[in-house]
Amino acid sequence: MIYLTRRADFSASHYYHNPKWTPEENSRVFGKCANLNGHGHNYSVEVTVTGEVDPVTGFVVDLKQLKDVLDQEVVAPMDHRHLNKEVPEFATLMPTTENLATVIWKRLEGKVAGAKLHRVRVYEAEDLFADCLG
Amino acid sequence: MNIHLTRRYRFPASHRLHTPAMSEEMNCATFGKCNNPHGHGHNYALEITVSGPVDPVTGMVINLGELDPLVNETIVARYDHADLNSLPEFKDVVPTTENLCKEIHKRLSQKFNGIKLERVRIEETRKNSFVYAGEGMITI
Repeated sequence: MIYLTRRADFSASHYYHNPKWTPEENSRVFGKCANLNGHGHNYSVEVTVTGEVDPVTGFVVDLKQLKDVLDQEVVAPMDHRHLNKEVPEFATLMPTTENLATVIWKRLEGKVAGAKLHRVRVYEAEDLFADCLG
Repeated sequence: MNIHLTRRYRFPASHRLHTPAMSEEMNCATFGKCNNPHGHGHNYALEITVSGPVDPVTGMVINLGELDPLVNETIVARYDHADLNSLPEFKDVVPTTENLCKEIHKRLSQKFNGIKLERVRIEETRKNSFVYAGEGMITI
């Protein structure tokens, strides 16, 4: 069994805000992230798949196919977008790094032919990342 | 669905690898340059990974506004610009980065409510890193 990881990058903006809370409560819980004008990050996504190595190709998975799935499901809909306003899952879900990892997992699950999705890791910054293991 | 969240911290500190259980020659042979009597330093990078369910309201496993002060007060304040050998936890334990991982894990493991400390990872240099996950398995 081999684990293979592919990285993709995208830049996006977001904010954290609960409309049921007062501005003071939002600010207390979410700090600077509660600014309704939003702010941005350079996100990196690492997708790890696992499977047996094909004896003919030597691949766990065709990297071109994995790249295409990542481009289609993650980079195209999220790069240079506002996560709260332009990615449907976040209309009602806080676009935290934790939830982003889960949303990307759900978008990728079942779409990588021949391999099992093992981990989705989302870096919001060099010093912060979240892992979804399904 | 449980999520693992990892946050990275940094602290420079010095240490000397030496044990009174060995002769001077044996210490030198075992620890090499790290046995230099005057010690030496590293810019340690510390990764703390916690896991738990994502709060449906905040979207968070833990609020960084809680995690950062906890780690900064419990760990970073203690080890930043410190001489590890002079601290009581390393009086009888060689302050290797393996042992530093275990010590930090011990200091943090009881501090979280409702979430789990998954692992402590330390980069001693860009070439050397160490992970301690308690009795649990390390996830790839």
